[in-house]
Amino acid sequence: MTQATAPAASSSPPASPAAPKDGRTSERSLARRLAARPEIGALIAAIAVYIFFFVVASPFREASSLANVLYEASVMGIMALPVALLMIGGEFDLSAGVAVTTAALTASMWSFQLSMNVWTGVIVALVVSLAIGAFNGYMLVRTGLPSFLITLGSFLILQGANLAITKLFTGNVATDSISDMDGFDQAKSIFASEIGIGGVDVKITVFYWLILAAAATWLLLRTKFGNWIFATGGSQESARAVGVPVTFTKIALFMGVGAGAWFVGMHILFSFNTVQSGEGVGNEFLYIIAAVIGGCLLTGGYGSAIGAVIGAFIFGMVSQGIVYANWNPDWFKAFLGVMLLLAALVNLWVRRQATRR
Amino acid sequence: MTDRTTSPDDAGREPEAQAEAGTEARSDAEPEAGQPIVQLRGAGKAYGNVRALHGVDLSVHPGQVTCVLGDNGAGKSTLIKIISGLHQHTEGEFLIDGEAVQLSTPREALDKGIATVYQDLATVPLMPVWRNFFLGSEMTKSPWPVRRLDIAAMKQTADTELRAMGIVLDDLDQPIGTLSGGQRQSVAIARAVYFGARVLILDEPTAALGVKQSGVVLKYIAAARDRGLGVIFITHNPHHAYMVGDHFSVLRLGTMELSASRADVTLEELTNHMAGGAELAALKHELAQVRGVDVAGLPEEHDLQAPLAASKGKS
Repeated sequence: MTQATAPAASSSPPASPAAPKDGRTSERSLARRLAARPEIGALIAAIAVYIFFFVVASPFREASSLANVLYEASVMGIMALPVALLMIGGEFDLSAGVAVTTAALTASMWSFQLSMNVWTGVIVALVVSLAIGAFNGYMLVRTGLPSFLITLGSFLILQGANLAITKLFTGNVATDSISDMDGFDQAKSIFASEIGIGGVDVKITVFYWLILAAAATWLLLRTKFGNWIFATGGSQESARAVGVPVTFTKIALFMGVGAGAWFVGMHILFSFNTVQSGEGVGNEFLYIIAAVIGGCLLTGGYGSAIGAVIGAFIFGMVSQGIVYANWNPDWFKAFLGVMLLLAALVNLWVRRQATRR
Repeated sequence: MTDRTTSPDDAGREPEAQAEAGTEARSDAEPEAGQPIVQLRGAGKAYGNVRALHGVDLSVHPGQVTCVLGDNGAGKSTLIKIISGLHQHTEGEFLIDGEAVQLSTPREALDKGIATVYQDLATVPLMPVWRNFFLGSEMTKSPWPVRRLDIAAMKQTADTELRAMGIVLDDLDQPIGTLSGGQRQSVAIARAVYFGARVLILDEPTAALGVKQSGVVLKYIAAARDRGLGVIFITHNPHHAYMVGDHFSVLRLGTMELSASRADVTLEELTNHMAGGAELAALKHELAQVRGVDVAGLPEEHDLQAPLAASKGKS
């Protein structure tokens, strides 16, 4: 009889390592703990890029140049923040670039065609932008298809609709100027004004960008929702199993991208008075690149909002620095590609270091 | 032989026996021990045209350990996925506190006090230990506009609870993916117990553990039972099951092969059912032809009929 029990006993799996004791793991060094931060690679790269252009391009050293760099970075950085959060949540949004144009077109045409106060257009654009985000998120969680497919679809829909609807109403590829309409000056002061600091005019988007970055960091690290973002991106099934509302989290993240698109769209509208309906194509990759350079994992579950800020700052420095250095601007994309590959390699290395026992 | 099988059992139940001194043969009283928290009546689940589970009866009473045994593919995981709300049953009834329910998310199950420790542990590898511990049930402080995670309290609580499990970690900020399987198991069990579950479902908690850590987990199961939790202990190790179990259900190919109280079944019988004893018995004569296969220890077919028939007559 004892023999009969033997097969069952041997079916229990082999022993795992003995129970751990206190103090078995040695304290990780400060350098290694620092290296485990998602944005550290980007920070080193940003300093290197800054020093590089500081040396090779003398106009780059001026304060007004820095303001330009920051402006360039902020317009992209405001979008890179929600895109980074979405990416930490495990998805990405290819429609983010044209969604900016959609928001600007909606606000512009609504106000102009109906001859209403521009603020009504601004509100309608917000609703439309959030709806686009909600649509992306809803389709994603309902179908379970990869976000690449879903948002590629909405990208094409928006790109086509932007052109077609604009031509339908204005007979042109650009919207009519709304600069003389009610509420324009007020809206411009909110979305596209400048603030002088020490004799240098700094665009207001720079401040919004930094405030939003702080808010996003707080959201990620100090709130329940932030915990859910990491968990949803890190292991969707596990997150769901312990009661994280994964569906809500994903839809909310897509709507966050919609809100970002609305904000940047409003800035573009009130900066230039008119909107070109074909704009925005390709920008979605710049947002994703900024997030990845900033240390976000493309597969989700890891990253930071600060990283996306640094990523956008690198973008701003490169795009302006090439101009200040009097180089052919065509080099910009090549430079960005090199940065992206380097960032991906650094991220890979950092993650191995961080999770190494 | 009888000594050998009952001695670990007695050792395992000693503290609990003292706590419930006088309540003799508590297993016998099981069907009358109040209302079951969770009850399945003829429950089943079909994935398309594949019937993974069929006609399963199971009741979980407070303060009792219900063991579900079965080989790989027997339907154990499907069963717990139904109870924990990950999947919906497609036939039969699922009652919580006597009310028929259809859980659509694990959150609902958690809200009803059913916590599950999954085989794959349901942890997020890149997140710190303490964030994993509180994932989905985070502690917060301050009113809404500034409501935020109470990080200090969460780290403190996680540390205390893990120490109670005998797991001492130097750095709760390390990603949980850096812990060993046993440590992650402990974190997951401590988490479920901490969050005030009424029913604790453990999906093969000892499967990946060594002897000593298995003992820790079994001790924790006994502790949870003594705190009045109903425990569903999924395992394919009858020895572990018999140490703590009050009721045993053996699944085989998606159906219930055995459902017996502790009083009605011995470890041998349980082991034989688990080890595919019924099939082995049928094969006994064939095996006897093969040189080198010792069939003396294998039970005859009629040995195995008794407990099954008894349990059927009982329920």
